[in-house]
Amino acid sequence: MTALVLDDLRAGYDRDLPIVKGVSFTVTKGEAVCILGPNGAGKSTMIKAVAGLVPCFGGRVQLDGREITGLPSHELVRKGMGFVPQTENIFTRLSILENLQIAAQLLPRQDRARRIEAMLAMFPDLSSRPRELAGALSGGQRQMLAAARALLNEPQVLMLDEPSAGLSPKLVGQVFDTLRRISDTGVTLLLVEQNVRAALGLTDRALVLVDGQLAHDGPTVDLHDGKLLGELFLGHRAAETRA
Amino acid sequence: MNPQAIIDGLVSGSTIGLGAIGLTLTYSILRFANFTHGDFLAWGAYLTLTVAGVLGGLAAGLGAPVYPFSFGWGLPLAILGGVVLTVALALGLDRILFGRLRARGADTIIIVMASFGASMALRSLLEFIFTAKPAYFTKALQIAKPLGLGMRATPDQLLVIGLTLVLVLALHLVVTHSATGRAMRAVSENPGLAGVYGIDVGKVVRVTWIIGAGMACIAGVMAGLLVQIRPYMGFDLLLPLFAAAILGGIGSIPGAMLGGLIIGLVEAFAVQIVGAEWRAAISFVILVLVLMLRPQGIFGQRGA
Repeated sequence: MTALVLDDLRAGYDRDLPIVKGVSFTVTKGEAVCILGPNGAGKSTMIKAVAGLVPCFGGRVQLDGREITGLPSHELVRKGMGFVPQTENIFTRLSILENLQIAAQLLPRQDRARRIEAMLAMFPDLSSRPRELAGALSGGQRQMLAAARALLNEPQVLMLDEPSAGLSPKLVGQVFDTLRRISDTGVTLLLVEQNVRAALGLTDRALVLVDGQLAHDGPTVDLHDGKLLGELFLGHRAAETRA
Repeated sequence: MNPQAIIDGLVSGSTIGLGAIGLTLTYSILRFANFTHGDFLAWGAYLTLTVAGVLGGLAAGLGAPVYPFSFGWGLPLAILGGVVLTVALALGLDRILFGRLRARGADTIIIVMASFGASMALRSLLEFIFTAKPAYFTKALQIAKPLGLGMRATPDQLLVIGLTLVLVLALHLVVTHSATGRAMRAVSENPGLAGVYGIDVGKVVRVTWIIGAGMACIAGVMAGLLVQIRPYMGFDLLLPLFAAAILGGIGSIPGAMLGGLIIGLVEAFAVQIVGAEWRAAISFVILVLVLMLRPQGIFGQRGA
């Protein structure tokens, strides 16, 4: 069953200078996929375009068989797309509970309290002080609140943009343990990450983006020795994609 | 010093505070200093006056003063109509001007200048339609009643203070305890992230205009009821409104109200010391002092 389809997607901030230059791939339901690539490859721009935050200039995106290309981000959330930005991914001037209440607003009234309770149970660090300002949380706890917020609406696809950015190695471990638990629940994960080792350890499949184009699409085991990845990052290897 | 300045300050501060609420909300959520806000006060007063005239024509009894106030039942009913029309004016202006500029990604300074131009156009239009001659909601005279400690107030003045407190409290509860209020605070902090959370930012923008223009209309009616209605009444209040919003802390409703009351009280006391001709300069002095000493205002957060 297909969860997400990108077909010749072109996106960026200037129509004449697209950053994502015709990317196509399909993600099946329950799959955990990481998107790797050198700085400036267009990884973040690509998932932001899918999330409705960056203009799409061509191609199309489908979520669960429905066309979602160019829809605004708030409509995509309602259609089952969860997105956690790299930075500024929670409202720091609102409490932890208010952050979750905003996300829960999209659910039927009778389900809201139950889903908030479920998220607080899933992330115990948040449950001990729900009325505290989210701005008081540590970097790792902020990522957990951001993930809890995105998961609260039971998305079909959860996309995360560099969840390890700016975190200490210990916190990176915590965040990836959390992502593994999320993946184990059957949520489709799409992860942009610079921490290659952590990303390969979590996901089944890796996409490598170089200069806005897909340079590799295959099982993560292919990249474990680092040789192929090095060649792809340095541009020494021609595009190699899984059919 | 005459203690009557306390009542005078609270009355004018109520109008300023109520007007500053809309300004502080548009500033924090739409991220620009809206110069048309003062004109929403003036338009609100004139539109209410027009509705009151129509109602008076339909049922003459509505204009008869209801003891102890100087106005009849027609005015509260007309305020409802005035609020609806002022909100329609604000939403219309956003649709044809500010919304288009936002959609194009225009710089803040462009939007501020657009609001400055729109403000002049709205003011001129008001003068063209209603002339510069002052108008009044009521011709009835009221005698100020003694309150003790050397202070006096008319029933209309006490009503203005009481109504303002009720409105501010209600609005504060809405913003702090309702889903709409949470969404407004979220958009104020980060509009891009708000969309990712599933908030319809366009809807929040409309709610902001509705609240801001509605409060501006009521503030305009209060000013018109206690003094007079003039096309320039909103423009003359613009500096105190900005001073109150910044003094209270941008985005804070209680802050705007407290800022308004402080401006009103300082103006009223300062007039006794330096003379009424310096009244307009007092808001400016307070504004400059706040920007130099505590730019985030009383309730504002640094970087807000």
